[in-house]
Amino acid sequence: MNIDGVSTGIVLDHIKAGKSMQIYELLGLDKLDCCVAIIQNATSSKYGRKDIIKIDGKIDLDFDILGYIDNNITVNIVDDNRLEKKVHLDLPETLTNVIKCKNPRCITSTEQEIPHKFRLVDRKNKVYRCAYCDAEYTEY
Amino acid sequence: MSEIRNLINITDLSVKEIDHLIDIANDIVENPTEYQDICAHKKLATLFFEPSTRTRLSFTAAMMELGGNVLGFADANSSSAKKGESVSDTVIMAGCYADIIAMRHPKEGAPVIASTRTTVPIINAGDGGHFHPTQTLTDLLTISRKKGRLDNLVVGLCGDLKFGRTVHSLIEAMLRYENVKFVLISPEELKLPDYVKEEMDNCGAEWHEYERLEDAMPELDILYMTRVQKERFFNEEDYVRLKDSYILNLEKLEPAKKDLIIMHPLPRVNEISVEVDSDSRACYFYQALCGKHIRMALILYLLGMK
Repeated sequence: MNIDGVSTGIVLDHIKAGKSMQIYELLGLDKLDCCVAIIQNATSSKYGRKDIIKIDGKIDLDFDILGYIDNNITVNIVDDNRLEKKVHLDLPETLTNVIKCKNPRCITSTEQEIPHKFRLVDRKNKVYRCAYCDAEYTEY
Repeated sequence: MSEIRNLINITDLSVKEIDHLIDIANDIVENPTEYQDICAHKKLATLFFEPSTRTRLSFTAAMMELGGNVLGFADANSSSAKKGESVSDTVIMAGCYADIIAMRHPKEGAPVIASTRTTVPIINAGDGGHFHPTQTLTDLLTISRKKGRLDNLVVGLCGDLKFGRTVHSLIEAMLRYENVKFVLISPEELKLPDYVKEEMDNCGAEWHEYERLEDAMPELDILYMTRVQKERFFNEEDYVRLKDSYILNLEKLEPAKKDLIIMHPLPRVNEISVEVDSDSRACYFYQALCGKHIRMALILYLLGMK
């Protein structure tokens, strides 16, 4: 399969296989009017399989969202066919409106229009706690 | 103190600040007339979105004894919350009328929201099963006044250690003092959660567990009783088997130290027999009195007056 390279834009590389659609939605890439390519299950010498997203234009990226979803992602910023910058991600200290608290006793379950905030409490195990009720966030 | 301060969790206060609050409270006890008009023309709003007896009354009494005024509501049904008003809007409104706000809310984290919506200090008077810092301050003042110290103590915690927020907060607060040993007395079903035990380990605190109150009694300096609630048990059989082990009576107190202090956050149902009330070691009603004095100290501190 052949997908053209990006002349000026952003390439998100080393996305964990299967996570590209989640990133596409959370970053709001569906709202862009430039060309966006999602490549799933590409061969990776590092991880076996990976996803890649190519964005044919420069946009402001929310590195917190990317770092939270998968901090192994590499962000390549390309300008005029040259790699301008390579950004390695880290787990963000705080998250705002990326995940939602699932504790039914939390104030965020009833109070309207307040930001859902989390803070990183355990970097090694990727544990975030709600900034309001302190409940640990779990995926399921 | 120049910035606006709130009290959401006990850890918002440093040990130095807690010691300062205890000093103010002790001075209030010794010189009450010096404080009787200190808050004249100041107003405390008590926003109680769920009912409470002791906490609301002690805040009200505290502000009245400082010469201030109190306004507010005692449950959500008598506020605009019933009409669907948000916590944010209620707090912004209350901040227009009062100099300081004490709020209780059934939802965890509600006081955090409140603190971002107003420029007057917010005191968390209990947010669901989450934090209740003024109870912890009450407990610390009681221990300090009765034992003369907050370090070098053996603290027995008995009853529901799994869901009891007062127990978790008291442990968190006392871990900051030197050589405090914790004795945990509870049924298997209501043992202290692992994360609190890990916290004790991380602080290097000594702790051990008992299932029977009688076994723990001789070594204790403090016995902190809590209520064992029937609905916490998985089956009736376990509840019946264990409930009597957690009822304190004079017989169970026989092997205890003469200078033990018995505490309870109240309300008591049947976990402390009424016959214990007349024992000089019973401190739970004195604890309620300390609740008023430490809240007086806290109001003065957060208003920047002490």
